[in-house]
Amino acid sequence: MALKAFLIKYGEIGIKGKNRYLFEDALLSQIRFALRDVEGKFSVSKEQGRIYVEAQGEYDYEETIAALKRVFGIVGICPVLQIEDKGFEDLAEQILDYIRQIDPDPARTFKVHARRARKNYPMDSMTINCELGERILREFPKMRVDVHQPQFNLYVEIRKQIHIYSETIPGCGGMPVGTNGKAMLLLSGGIDSPVAGWMVAKRGVQIEATYFHAPPYTSERAKQKVVDLAVLVARYAGPIRLHIVNFTDIQLYIYDQCPHEELTIIMRRYMMRIAERIAKESNALGLITGESIGQVASQTIQSLYATNEVCKMPVFRPVIGFDKLEIIEIAKKIQTYETSIQPFEDCCTIFVAKHPVTKPSLKVIQRSEEKLQEKIEAMVDLAVSGREIVVCK
Amino acid sequence: MIAYLDNSATTPVLDSVKDIVVKTMISDYGNPSSMHGKGLDAERYIKEARAILAKILKAEENEILFTSGGTEANNLALIGAAMANRRAGKHLITSSIEHASVRNVMNYLEEEGFSVTFLPVDSNGLLDPKRVADAVREDTILVSTMYVNNEIGTVEPIEEIAAQIKKKKPEVLFHVDAIQAFGKYRIYPKRMGIDLLSVSGHKIHGPKGSGFLYIRSGVKVRPMLLGGGQQKGIRSGTENVPAIAGLGCAAREAYRDFEQKQEQLYALKARFIEEIRQLEGVQIHGDLGEQSAPHIVSVGFAGIRSEVLLHALEERGIFVSAGSACASNKPAVSATLKGIGVKKEYLDSTIRFSFSVFTTEEEILYCLSVLKELLDGLRRYTRK
Repeated sequence: MALKAFLIKYGEIGIKGKNRYLFEDALLSQIRFALRDVEGKFSVSKEQGRIYVEAQGEYDYEETIAALKRVFGIVGICPVLQIEDKGFEDLAEQILDYIRQIDPDPARTFKVHARRARKNYPMDSMTINCELGERILREFPKMRVDVHQPQFNLYVEIRKQIHIYSETIPGCGGMPVGTNGKAMLLLSGGIDSPVAGWMVAKRGVQIEATYFHAPPYTSERAKQKVVDLAVLVARYAGPIRLHIVNFTDIQLYIYDQCPHEELTIIMRRYMMRIAERIAKESNALGLITGESIGQVASQTIQSLYATNEVCKMPVFRPVIGFDKLEIIEIAKKIQTYETSIQPFEDCCTIFVAKHPVTKPSLKVIQRSEEKLQEKIEAMVDLAVSGREIVVCK
Repeated sequence: MIAYLDNSATTPVLDSVKDIVVKTMISDYGNPSSMHGKGLDAERYIKEARAILAKILKAEENEILFTSGGTEANNLALIGAAMANRRAGKHLITSSIEHASVRNVMNYLEEEGFSVTFLPVDSNGLLDPKRVADAVREDTILVSTMYVNNEIGTVEPIEEIAAQIKKKKPEVLFHVDAIQAFGKYRIYPKRMGIDLLSVSGHKIHGPKGSGFLYIRSGVKVRPMLLGGGQQKGIRSGTENVPAIAGLGCAAREAYRDFEQKQEQLYALKARFIEEIRQLEGVQIHGDLGEQSAPHIVSVGFAGIRSEVLLHALEERGIFVSAGSACASNKPAVSATLKGIGVKKEYLDSTIRFSFSVFTTEEEILYCLSVLKELLDGLRRYTRK
């Protein structure tokens, strides 16, 4: 069956009152972005509280569905048969045909949901339901009506054209990106941070990202890997501005001045500070990290407390309560996993102590940081101003 | 300044190679199997390349089989010969420091029911020909070893190995992986007792995706690619005319003024080694002077991870390999370095410098001065 149109169902954003149009417009623009590389031409439109995607001519059905499934805010995608109104007899015939194409010998329970959006249609919804139900029962004797839990829901919407659909392909839910402000993701090359970014983007938040590069201790390939990850997340979240910060000098300075077992914590505190500064410049209102309690020494409650202390912005840690396997499951679903597991060293691991502190005391850490006073401000300024920005899409 | 010292990974193509590649892509683009004139034109390039290579090896033209490179040549030599001769026996011999395209093929053949002996080497990477001969059994069908080791430059005693194994069992086939040796040594398979010889084009300023396998006439090899029956049915598929023409051209150039080039390389190497010995905490692996390859120097730098040194050199325009380039995408311990018993502190700290005839003394001196500058700083920052 050559279906050329899709009805887009969106859940949560339907309840947003007077702001509703903002959400719908954001959803339209995200749908257009998602479809830009799909084979075919599409029109995406909003009419009478519904969003439709219509293919103009030939298009790739599988690719289209896959792209739409990556748009946050879509709850369901319904492939729609659009027909001209040529009277009820014709409608009934077309519907019987439609069912036959799905299943030549249907034996399911069903319910007809007619909706008369165009009020000058001669029959009302109830009558359409009854008449169509009767025709279906007569044509397919094995089918039975069940208005409570039907196996087959047939939707018939009388508009300028008549829309017929029965299948709803689940979308990924959430809210359209761009409807909930912006946040800055601390993106490493690992498994967790892309998942964290994806989860926050799912709530409609636009994402920018900061990556800490430490040449020659980390390689160009490690950097490329992070760019690749940002591109993968951007398939859902829309274009991501990636800020690449050269962290080598700061890291070596900490190495020289501070106790080695505190290196990672102090380093992470500076990463948070730098990310927050870039976030402010980008008008982002929060930071996102892929931390999960207890996963490594720097993610114990005490360590999180110590790193959190340096920022004023809220820090979102959407995978905080997840086990590694749960995070991996999402990483596989959003297809970042294969890229994440490429074995390049990132800057958190290069100098990691054999026995890093796991329960750092904030006071001790602060005292160690005092040893950095002389140069650190200038180094942070330089790192922030000298950053490289790559738009990943 | 740019100093490309990774010529064992790959080399830039010569202008003359580029020209012939372009010509066979743009104007003489025919399919050599076509019956018309365009086909004939293309076929001439293959004939010419074959003639050049046969002359260099003092072999027959019909003993040259073009492949997609060294890996395919090694695969075809080992799997092809093992499968074609498996009724005569199922035992194979190789060294423990072979390139992955031999080692992994041997592992595969083991899974397929062959038994493989991996012979140890000495601390310089040398195989003992007697030990090789001792390993030959009644059911041995093939011995495979490399001519020049790709990581440390050791030159194996090919002729002696051939003599010893043939003395013990004349029917045993001898395969030599000459990918790092071709262009650096004069290799005459027939005189040296070699039955199969693998060569790659991009190590000698030829195109990537080019290479060949020398198959002594009379040696049976089972084809791995089936199809239209090109190259006597041993390697079906339309010949890659640009790659083949480029390979022929590169090979001819490699052996032009050969002695002078070899001398030049050895002089560079000697200079480099002399200077690098002055540095503290360095160890040169397989340091055999002119008994090892003229273009490869493998150096361990104690207390510095090779990957870090590699990237630090890269920042200064110097390009090298950590261990072996083909293996360096996945940080794994090098079989060669392990095989020659390199101390633990150097295993993850070894850099390979490899030269070509285009490497200048200036580049080498620049590299040395950068090393002198970097080493102390890098040694300060390590994992504790």
